Amino acid sequence: MQSSTYPVALHVEDLHKSFHGKSVLRGVNLQVPRGSVFTVLGPSGAGKSVFLKCLANILKADAGRVSFEGRELSPYDSVAHDGFRRRCSFLFQSNALFDSLTALENVALPLEQTTDLGKVEIRKRSRAALSQLEMEEFTGHYPAELSGGMQKRLALARAIVTRPELVLFDEPTAGLDPLRRNAVFAMIAKYQRQFHFTALIVTHDVPEALAASDRVALINDGRIGFEGTPSEFSASSNPVVCLFRDSAQALSDSLAEIRRSNPMPQTL
Amino acid sequence: MLTWLGRQTLCAITEIGDFSLFTGKSFCCAAKTKGLAKRVARAVHEQGTICLPVILIVGVFTGLVLGLQGYHVLSRFGSQGLLGTLVSLSLVREMAPVLAALMLIGQAGSAFAAELGIQRNTEQIVALETMGVDSLGYLVTPRLLAALVVFPIQTALFVILGICGGGLSGSLLLGVDSGVYWSAVHRAVEAGDLSECFIKSAIFGLLAMSTCAYQGFHADRNSSAIGARAVSACTTRAVVLSSILVLVADYVISSFFV
Repeated sequence: MQSSTYPVALHVEDLHKSFHGKSVLRGVNLQVPRGSVFTVLGPSGAGKSVFLKCLANILKADAGRVSFEGRELSPYDSVAHDGFRRRCSFLFQSNALFDSLTALENVALPLEQTTDLGKVEIRKRSRAALSQLEMEEFTGHYPAELSGGMQKRLALARAIVTRPELVLFDEPTAGLDPLRRNAVFAMIAKYQRQFHFTALIVTHDVPEALAASDRVALINDGRIGFEGTPSEFSASSNPVVCLFRDSAQALSDSLAEIRRSNPMPQTL
Repeated sequence: MLTWLGRQTLCAITEIGDFSLFTGKSFCCAAKTKGLAKRVARAVHEQGTICLPVILIVGVFTGLVLGLQGYHVLSRFGSQGLLGTLVSLSLVREMAPVLAALMLIGQAGSAFAAELGIQRNTEQIVALETMGVDSLGYLVTPRLLAALVVFPIQTALFVILGICGGGLSGSLLLGVDSGVYWSAVHRAVEAGDLSECFIKSAIFGLLAMSTCAYQGFHADRNSSAIGARAVSACTTRAVVLSSILVLVADYVISSFFV
């Protein structure tokens, strides 16, 4: 259950991670307010996914502190981590669906393995989660038989079926077309309001993230370069924010310049 | 040279320790895994069904060859009447447990290692862990417990088919009296031989499936191959290592029973 006494759901302090001597995270500090949609933006390779995996304890951070609902998740405190896992879901970039299980079995799996609910209740909840994501017709389908968008919805259904307090989204729109990107962000915002979980999203899709988030942060060079509301992000004169935010305009300007300097042949 | 040798020895010791912990943990989490009986039953069905045709074919032909070779060797000493003894004891004490284990490694073990390797590659194992599900208990424990049942059953089947195959080549093709053959089988096989056979097959099952599970589960540890190549590399390693382990274990166990 959500506690109403602690306004910050997730507190990250001076998080460091390096691979083979190469620093990826160089002291990330972040506070994620409870019940918000918080998006961490950043270019590819900036360490966004590494940051999220360190939070979920998939990767071990070299240094730093992570606290969830006021309790520190120390690497040696397995009880705290078990509790965190029960209250948190992770939506993988690749969806990580179980390919030998049907959609219904995929959604039912966390309930079967981590709760004491009976078979009938598990089935009811799993069907309800699929139905909320308009997947009720596909309960008997295997992940390979579903489209990319449907697989994403199925992964989200599996993530929310345990009624988590925090959902971590790793590049939820990777590889999707603009229409589907919008749909995924709209879906996250809709279900976050319906189920009141805290959503922490890492992505590089700026317009969609700004439209769907309560707060955004920009990770650059292994540190948080900016943190604020979407409107603050849009109005920011921070050079790193400007570079990232205006990259689409910069591309358009570069292409226009190329076209001006190399005009198309007129003979065609 | 000495540095290299030392490093390799340390690596081997670490690997053995890690493998032992992996197998131990897989059994320890049996008590905590939900729906284990159902998953064990499914694993028994999968391992048994996949391997049955191979066991049938190899069992019959091993018996046929043993009958043929045994008859020609025994006829040099005028002891064709002992063909049943030779076929049955060879199969029960040595050939059936080893050959059945090798067939099961080739079929069920390789499939298991590849499946786990793919699950590791596609983050399915990490996904289980982030959900708070014990990945060893869910994926590995049922297969190990199933192997303890399937290997002895398949070995027993192999023995029966092999003895029948030996009888077929000895009696029908080479003229040994079938009464003499079957009475020699009956007299030769004792309770101690059968217990050696089943102890061996259960140990082979445990060793083989835990090796395959270990290799598949840690498919991402191989720094020289990633992606699909990591899966093929872990499958190959699983089959080779578990086959070698079975043969080494066979020698060790046999030395206790002889």
